[in-house]
Amino acid sequence: MDMFISVLEQGLIYGILSLGLYITYKILDFPDLTVDGSFPLGAAVTATLITKGVNPYLTLPIAFAVGVAAGICTGLIHVKCKVRDLLSGIIMMTALWSINLYIAGTANVPIFSQSTIFKNEMLERFIPQAIQPYMTVLIILAVSLICKILLDLYLSTKSGFLLRAVGDNHMLVTSLAKDQGNVKILGLAIANGLVSLAGCIFCQEQRVFEISMGTGAMVIGLASVIIGTSLLKKIEFLSMTTKVLVGAIIYKACVAIAIRKFEPQSMKLITAVLFLIILIISMERKKKVKIDA
Amino acid sequence: MLELKGIHKYYNPGTLNEMCLFQDFNLSVDQGEFVSVVGSNGSGKTSMLNIICGSIPVEAGSISINGTDITKAKEFVRNRKIGRVFQNPAVGTCPSMTILENMSLADNKGKLYGLSRGINKARKAYYQEQLRQLGLGLEDKMNVKVGSLSGGQRQAMALLMSTMTPIEFLILDEHTAALDPKTAQLIMELTDKIVKEKKLTTIMVTHNLRYAIEYGSRILMMHQGECILDKKGVEKEQVQTEDILKLFNEISIECGN
Repeated sequence: MDMFISVLEQGLIYGILSLGLYITYKILDFPDLTVDGSFPLGAAVTATLITKGVNPYLTLPIAFAVGVAAGICTGLIHVKCKVRDLLSGIIMMTALWSINLYIAGTANVPIFSQSTIFKNEMLERFIPQAIQPYMTVLIILAVSLICKILLDLYLSTKSGFLLRAVGDNHMLVTSLAKDQGNVKILGLAIANGLVSLAGCIFCQEQRVFEISMGTGAMVIGLASVIIGTSLLKKIEFLSMTTKVLVGAIIYKACVAIAIRKFEPQSMKLITAVLFLIILIISMERKKKVKIDA
Repeated sequence: MLELKGIHKYYNPGTLNEMCLFQDFNLSVDQGEFVSVVGSNGSGKTSMLNIICGSIPVEAGSISINGTDITKAKEFVRNRKIGRVFQNPAVGTCPSMTILENMSLADNKGKLYGLSRGINKARKAYYQEQLRQLGLGLEDKMNVKVGSLSGGQRQAMALLMSTMTPIEFLILDEHTAALDPKTAQLIMELTDKIVKEKKLTTIMVTHNLRYAIEYGSRILMMHQGECILDKKGVEKEQVQTEDILKLFNEISIECGN
C-alpha cells in the first residue's frame, strides 16, 4: 500500500512535468532540454521562498512564473538568435545549473522543519485525522488534475489551436499571418512553467532541494509521454493529457518494481534501459500505422 | 495593385556557386487580374512568388502593394493580405487537426488568436456549406483528421482555407501539380470560381499550359529571370497552346536541350 501511494505521488508529480514535455515534444516537436534545468529551478525557488517564510501555496504560482521565464529564454535563443532547438535547450540547461545555485545559495537546501503545501497548520486544523496520511497524494492529485484540465481548456482555445498548428505545420501559421516564432516561444513558456511547477511540488514532497535533482528529468518526462501516448493509443475516450498522466504513473511503477530487484546505484541504468524499451515498442507501432496507411 | 521594381536576386552570394536569377526584374499586376505564369524549371517562377510573399529576401529593388512599400515587411505580416496555396497539399492544412478545427483556424485569420473557444459552433453550418461545393463529401467528415485525407481533398481544403477570409491577393504555386488529372481539373475549376466570386487578384504558376491559356486574364512566360511573353486581354485570348509550345522549344534549344 505504501509503495502504491508513493508511486502515485511520484508519478503524478512527474505527470505534471510530462504535461510540459507533451507540449514541447508532441505538440511543438521541439526536443527541449531546458527541462533538466527548469525542474530544479522550480525547486530552488520553492526551497528559498519557504525558508524565508513565504506561504507555501504562493510558491506554486511563483514557481510556474519562473519556469515560464526560463522557457521564454530558450524560445528567444532559438527563435531570435536562430540557434538549433536542441542546442538552445542545452544552453539554457547549463546556465540554469548556476542560476539554481545562486537562487538556493548551496547545492542542498533541506526544508524538513518548514511548513509545505502538504503539511502546515491550516491543514492540521481543518482536515480530519483519518485523511491526514493521504493528504500528500490527494493534494498532488488535485494539482495535477487542475493542470491537466487547464491545459485541455487552453488547447481548445484559438491560441491553443495555433500552438497545435505550429508544431504540425509551421507554414500554415505563417499563412495565417501569425509569427510562428512567437507561438513557439509561448509553447516553450507554458511547458517550462509546468515543469518548474512539478519541481516546486517535488521539492516540497521530498522536503529538500538538491542541485542534481533535474538530471534525467527530461528522460523521465519523455518516457512518460511516449508510454502514455503509444501504449494507450487505442483507448479513444481518454484525452492525450490524461494518457500522459497515466503514462507517468506507469513509468514510475515500472521503476519502483525494477528498483526492488536491483541495487540503488543501477537506478539511472534502469531508467535508460526502460526508456530504450519503450522507444522500441512505440517505434514498432508507428511502422504498423504507416503500412496501414 | 502589386508592383515589383528593379528586383535583384542572387543565390549563394559571395561563393563560387553565386547565381544571379533576377537582374532588374519588373512586374506590375493590376487589381483584379488573374495572371498565369509558365516557364521552364529554374526560370524564376517560384522565386518570384517567394519574393512577393517575403519567403526569401531580395538584394535590391522594391515590392509594393497598392502603393505601400512592403519590401522590408516580414512574411507573416504580408500574409494578412495574401492567401497562398502550395504545390504540396500537406503545406496548406494541419494534418493532426480535424477538418472542423482546420476550418476554424483559417476562419480566424486576421483576428486575434486569444483565449476564446477555438471552434465557433455557430459557424459549423457555414463551413459545411463551403465544403459541400467541393463535392468531395468532406462536409460529413468534420471530425476526421485532415492527415487521413487524400492529396486532392487536402488541396481543395487548402484552397478554401486560404480564401475564406478577406484577402487581396491569391498566390497559387503549381497548386494542381501534385494531383491526378481529374482532381486537378476539379481544383482548377474551383479556383476559377473562387477568384471570380471574390474578385481576387491572382498569380498562378503552372506547368499545365492548357490551364494557363484557358484560365486567367493575362499570361506570362518566364525564362532565366525575365518575362519573355506577356499578353493580356484580347491578345491573351488569341494565344494558342501551339504558340506557347513553340516558344518553349525555342528557349529549350537556346539552353542546349
